Amino acid sequence: MEFTEPKAYTRSLIPFLDRSHSIAKPGFSRWLVPPAALCVHLCIGQAYAFSVFNLPMTKLIGISQPAPEDWKLTQLGWIFSLAIFFLGVSSAVFGRWVEEGGPRKAMFAAALCWAGGFFISAIGVKVHNLWLIYLGYGVLGGIALGIGYISPVSTLIKWFPDRPGMATGMAIMGFGGGAFIASPLSVWLMSKFSTPTHIGVMETFVVLGVVYLFFMLVGSLLVRVPPAGWAPAGYVAPAQSKKLISKNDVFVYDALKTPQFWLIWWVLCLNVTAGIGVLGQASAMSQEMFPGHITPVAAAGFVGLMSLFNMGGRFAWATTSDYIGRRNTYFVFMVLGFILYCTVPHAGSTGNVALFVICFLVIISMYGGGFSTVPAYLKDMFGVRYVGAIHGLLLTAWSAAGIFGPVIVNYLREYNITHGVPKAQAYNNTMYIMAGLLVIGFICNLLVKAVDARFHMKDSNEAESATAAAAVAAKA
Amino acid sequence: MSNATQDSSTTLKLILAWGFVGIPLVWGVLQTLTNAMKLFQ
Repeated sequence: MEFTEPKAYTRSLIPFLDRSHSIAKPGFSRWLVPPAALCVHLCIGQAYAFSVFNLPMTKLIGISQPAPEDWKLTQLGWIFSLAIFFLGVSSAVFGRWVEEGGPRKAMFAAALCWAGGFFISAIGVKVHNLWLIYLGYGVLGGIALGIGYISPVSTLIKWFPDRPGMATGMAIMGFGGGAFIASPLSVWLMSKFSTPTHIGVMETFVVLGVVYLFFMLVGSLLVRVPPAGWAPAGYVAPAQSKKLISKNDVFVYDALKTPQFWLIWWVLCLNVTAGIGVLGQASAMSQEMFPGHITPVAAAGFVGLMSLFNMGGRFAWATTSDYIGRRNTYFVFMVLGFILYCTVPHAGSTGNVALFVICFLVIISMYGGGFSTVPAYLKDMFGVRYVGAIHGLLLTAWSAAGIFGPVIVNYLREYNITHGVPKAQAYNNTMYIMAGLLVIGFICNLLVKAVDARFHMKDSNEAESATAAAAVAAKA
Repeated sequence: MSNATQDSSTTLKLILAWGFVGIPLVWGVLQTLTNAMKLFQ
């Protein structure tokens, strides 16, 4: 295996951050790279726990009750939406820079943006200016999410050519697990900094910014890229190439011209749409489908259990994909998901809480698995060289699913209830629609074939040539 | 540096690195699991 160094983007103001300075020395253990990736993903995974600040931030002036000058929940909801929007935009825009600049530089940039976002937001809370929080957490934090999310992907795949699914699964599991740490930590910090006349959101933002900066910088110091020609001891690349595992690289923007990219885009989008819709509504759904059986406290426990399966599924399914193949893993998601979504209305009508819980725990594990398996799927299709950048472009599917999923669940529920459907049955149609989406996902996955040879990079310098030509054209 | 020294140094680095991310993660998972148990109460 050989990983040639791109000439473009390799020099920076701080040479220590360059890819060439992060090449592993002999004796370096590849098992140090997953913790480096986790340092970043556990921190940016905080985004899933941002909602713990929503209620306290509606009472910053009124303290015990929201005052008229206090921010409204609807205004605060835009902070998270902006962050997720800029995650998609930045991962698509900066993907190539991340790939060519190397993981250390990308992690360093993500650390500065993420911590900077918290510090600007802290100033926003201090001077009570919501626009500063939109700019800090929403824009700057969102950019950190995008860069940080894709930064270790290709590095992990290069270190673990024998188990790429497991390796990326570990990192992306960290993104799911970040909220587990951030949520109780934020609540604890706010309780420590709050007084009868003050809510400690600003101080909590500052402390989180410092802690995350430290963790992410450790990750960027720890990460290494493998030297050219490196392979794990005893690893022999398969002599006979598999049909759906390419040995050729595809240039990042050429990947957009292939049907494979868009088919996988839809596979991810539909899988995430099906999961994200129920993830956000799990608490209300479980209480309305089982009135009297599932209390608000039990529903909160159910949501917590779903988060654990979301995280565990990221690791378990991505690891499984190393053995059964990426396309087969998505076939399992689509077929098993279809069966489970069709089973949920039956569980509701028969009052079978255990069946309902099991269905949703497996569904949510496959939602997480969809995220973590896709980098290895892209590597199989488009090669290792630009997999991080192509993954960045594919994450726009996540942004789209973030709109489709909740809209389908919420609007269908409202439609059913206004048309006289009892609350306990209001989600049935939604479940069948989600199952239908998975049928479309199954067909898209079925259509994925090997990438046509005309899209393969001819030589390792093709990208640099393209970059140089673009630079000359720009100057002209 | 001898192989034995290098091996023990690598092992120590691995323990520290995995502990650095593993301890907070396990703490967070336990907190979530404790809350999740309310589903069965």
